[in-house]
Amino acid sequence: MDPTSLRYMANQIARNFAIQGEEEAIEATAEHLKLFWDPRMKAAILADDRTALSPIAAAAVERLK
Amino acid sequence: MGYEPQADFGTPEVTSESSVTLTIDGRYVTVPLGTSVMRAAAISGGSIPKLCASDNMAAFGSCRLCLIEVDGMKGTPASCTTPAAQGMVVHTQTPRLQKLRKGVMELYISDHPLDCLTCSANNDCELQDTAAQVGLRDVRYGYAGENHLGLVSDVSNPYFDFDPSKCIACSRCVRACDEVQGTFALTIDGRGFASKVSAGQAEDNFLASECVSCGACVQACPTATLQEKAIVEIGKPERSVITTCAYCGVGCTFRAEMRGEQLVRMVPWKDGKANRGHSCVKGRFAWGYANHQDRITSPMIRETIDQPWREVSWDEALGFAATRLQAIKAQYGARALGGITSSRCTNEETFLVQKLVRAGFGTNNVDTCARVCHSPTGYGLKTTFGTSAGTQDFDSVMDSDVILVIGANPTDAHPVFASRMKRRLRQGAKLIIIDPRRIDLVRSPHVEAAHHLPLQPGTNVAVLTAIAHVIVTEGLADEAFIRERCDWDEYQDWARFVSDEKHSPEVLAAVTRVPAADLRAAARLFATGGNGAIYYGLGVTEHSQGSSTVMAIANLAMATGNIGRKGVGVNPLRGQNNVQGACDMGSFPHELSGYRHISDAGARALFEADWGVTLDPEPGLRIPNMLDAAVDGSFRAIYIQGEDILQSDPNTHHVAAGLKAMDCVIVHDLFLNETANYAHVFLPGSTFLEKTGTFTNAERRIQMVRKVMEPANGFEDWEVTQALANAMGLEWNYTHASQIMDEVARLTPSFAGVSHARLDEAGSLQWPVNDDAPDGSPIMHVDGFARSPSGKGKFVVTDYVPTDERTGPRFPLLLTTGRILSHYNVGAQTRRTANTVWHPEDLLEMHPDDAENRGLKEGDWTRLTSRTGETTLRITVTDRVAPGVVYTTFHHPATQANVVTTEFSDWATNCPEYKVTAVQVAPSNGPTGWQEDYNEQARLSRRIASGLEAAE
Repeated sequence: MDPTSLRYMANQIARNFAIQGEEEAIEATAEHLKLFWDPRMKAAILADDRTALSPIAAAAVERLK
Repeated sequence: MGYEPQADFGTPEVTSESSVTLTIDGRYVTVPLGTSVMRAAAISGGSIPKLCASDNMAAFGSCRLCLIEVDGMKGTPASCTTPAAQGMVVHTQTPRLQKLRKGVMELYISDHPLDCLTCSANNDCELQDTAAQVGLRDVRYGYAGENHLGLVSDVSNPYFDFDPSKCIACSRCVRACDEVQGTFALTIDGRGFASKVSAGQAEDNFLASECVSCGACVQACPTATLQEKAIVEIGKPERSVITTCAYCGVGCTFRAEMRGEQLVRMVPWKDGKANRGHSCVKGRFAWGYANHQDRITSPMIRETIDQPWREVSWDEALGFAATRLQAIKAQYGARALGGITSSRCTNEETFLVQKLVRAGFGTNNVDTCARVCHSPTGYGLKTTFGTSAGTQDFDSVMDSDVILVIGANPTDAHPVFASRMKRRLRQGAKLIIIDPRRIDLVRSPHVEAAHHLPLQPGTNVAVLTAIAHVIVTEGLADEAFIRERCDWDEYQDWARFVSDEKHSPEVLAAVTRVPAADLRAAARLFATGGNGAIYYGLGVTEHSQGSSTVMAIANLAMATGNIGRKGVGVNPLRGQNNVQGACDMGSFPHELSGYRHISDAGARALFEADWGVTLDPEPGLRIPNMLDAAVDGSFRAIYIQGEDILQSDPNTHHVAAGLKAMDCVIVHDLFLNETANYAHVFLPGSTFLEKTGTFTNAERRIQMVRKVMEPANGFEDWEVTQALANAMGLEWNYTHASQIMDEVARLTPSFAGVSHARLDEAGSLQWPVNDDAPDGSPIMHVDGFARSPSGKGKFVVTDYVPTDERTGPRFPLLLTTGRILSHYNVGAQTRRTANTVWHPEDLLEMHPDDAENRGLKEGDWTRLTSRTGETTLRITVTDRVAPGVVYTTFHHPATQANVVTTEFSDWATNCPEYKVTAVQVAPSNGPTGWQEDYNEQARLSRRIASGLEAAE
């Protein structure tokens, strides 16, 4: 999967949850990825460079492990 | 059912808690207080002659045929305008009345052609029936005097004729246009003997007038004055079948009036609870596509998409498809396969396609066109209210005091519901419109919005937050409702958020461009004006914050206590006829039917036991993800039923690249649509007239679709899906669509009480239908929200996040897209009907200032360019759009509006951001290279080896 598109999506989800505060936003973003992303998308974002992600998105992706 | 017109009780039904009992021709009858004597007589089994009365419009009292005598009352009053009273003794058939009626009838007939035997309304004419009823035998005045018999017919409308020589000036057509449709296009021009029905101004004919061709006048006409062309050509129908329209999410029910297997006309069914006897130009008239010459009725295959199609047997086509699917599965795994269910097909067909994908392909890669329209509704309402659907029935609007319409254009996209809404507005309900465009509802005859907030596209969340700010900071929230029905802590978090000064209308006006004073006034009206109902459409969902906007709407409804009773609620106006049903049936990659997540082991176990398979617990790919994965090489085969993703999905280049990368694209459709240009297998589909099943409309109403003719392709669509499943070795053995609904009911708690037999009996049912609600649920969340386990509504803080699609020096304008009344979605059906006379091409609406700056004038060809692509189309200059905003429709493939739309999408659901694209518009002298290349590619890909080339 094209990492650019996945990064954009993950950052966008994180940005919309950010208002909830960091910890809740990380959890909500991780839960969102678990509930709505196909396994290959999760695998691709996990394998991707975290530096391209916002801090919330990066922390959420970590929780997919 | 035979062909008998539906009973007409003469005047509308009255609801009253009191009743009166009277005697009519010796029969006792009890009716609600306020009922007319005419209606009471009809209820009692009698029939008072009438010509100007009909039970879908107010009594008029002009024809003087419905006269009655009442004991103790002087004279012979008209029964249509005389209210029934307690103890009244009425006589409807007396020698005096017979004489009077005969005299009136004699005058009518003295100026009416006596060509009954060759008249198109012969034996289906109220004038003829009434003449018989009153016993008219001769006309003493002769026919030589001045008359209207030589008047010329207006045949300009493609679907009906107007023959003024047969008009009796009863005004039913005028009143139907006013009261039922609410367009006010017709009038009685002139006075006395010169009175005549006129569409618009004297120089107008029906086509040139403001007539929207809804058919209400034709239905109302008691003679052959307004008559369907099909009746003129074919003759009177001989039987009728009640079925459900396959156009928009209103879900009108119709009597399909037939001659053998030939459909003569579609007449709106008065007992239909969605449409209450009304229709629009699409459902009423635009069904000719069903027999269009472009229809493909033989299966076709080809090895590669550069080859011409080869017509083959069903066995060969299905075998070819199954072999390819199995080979791909063997080589790349089940997750390389997927399917798209159709929101145009029935619940039963949709359920079967997702079953084929989940149980047969072995993957959850199934999605539906709701992805590109109302998926944010699913997410937003599930999160806040606990269930993914609108809260009301359509009747509810008649109890609304303030109607807020945001991002919807009901008079074009949901016209029959719009007529109901306009009726309520004429009764005095207030209207607030939030839309970048000045849609017709903002100001139309006898309807004017109290407030129109013309926001900058992409700022819905900011506008709704500002409205919430006003409601909370001015103390207008319904705290009693919130404390009882919602989580109070969550409310307080939300209230704190919206109360922040930075969310005030004054501060946010910088991004929304909505004057703060207008927004404050609208917010106060919504919060304090009585029952407040919110109706919204794709202008809410098709944004990068579509889901946030849906949740912001839900917040607003909860904060003002507008949930759980008649007249209020959150009402998504669904696009396609069965988009609600497709979502209900488990078409989303993360959900089983009834909105149960695929990771829910309990729900999965139910299906696994019933289907005898193990289901993948991981969510599958959504349509845009499928296309990404196809380009990437990990998604290689797709079965698409009744969906044209190449035309309807954003960034056409990317969709084409995704389709082109796949090894097996199976298109199951009526026509060689745009997507089929990239298909290897074409399985011909059946129309809604050729199948049995159910559709579920925007108010969760499940209604029967009944087969009125045999499928031209030989099979109903569910039979084709079953045949494909069996070619893959699944051994399904459904013999009737009702068995599929039984399976749905068995596996889906909200459908537990639904069956075809039950629907036949009840007419329609609104889910949930189960032990708790055996007769369905017209209004949801009455005592508690559907969210489990708390039953409390959830306030969600929705932070405004601007879209990344920005205007700038290169792309200074914002393009937004929408629909027009005469066309439906990508136009595959309506472009193959005479509806093209109203809208032969997509036009770009542009404000006069923007046009002048670019040296453009009405009708000029323009090049529309975005960061994604470019296309050409002609412009129309109008101040409906604000400066800086342009608008177009997407009904014609030649325009390819989606060549310019971007891949930005809703953060939660990937619903594309169709409503905001930064563009530039410049003069042009013809189609772009892409359009020319595309047309050539489409031509080549539609070749059929037999030598016939399907024309678009």
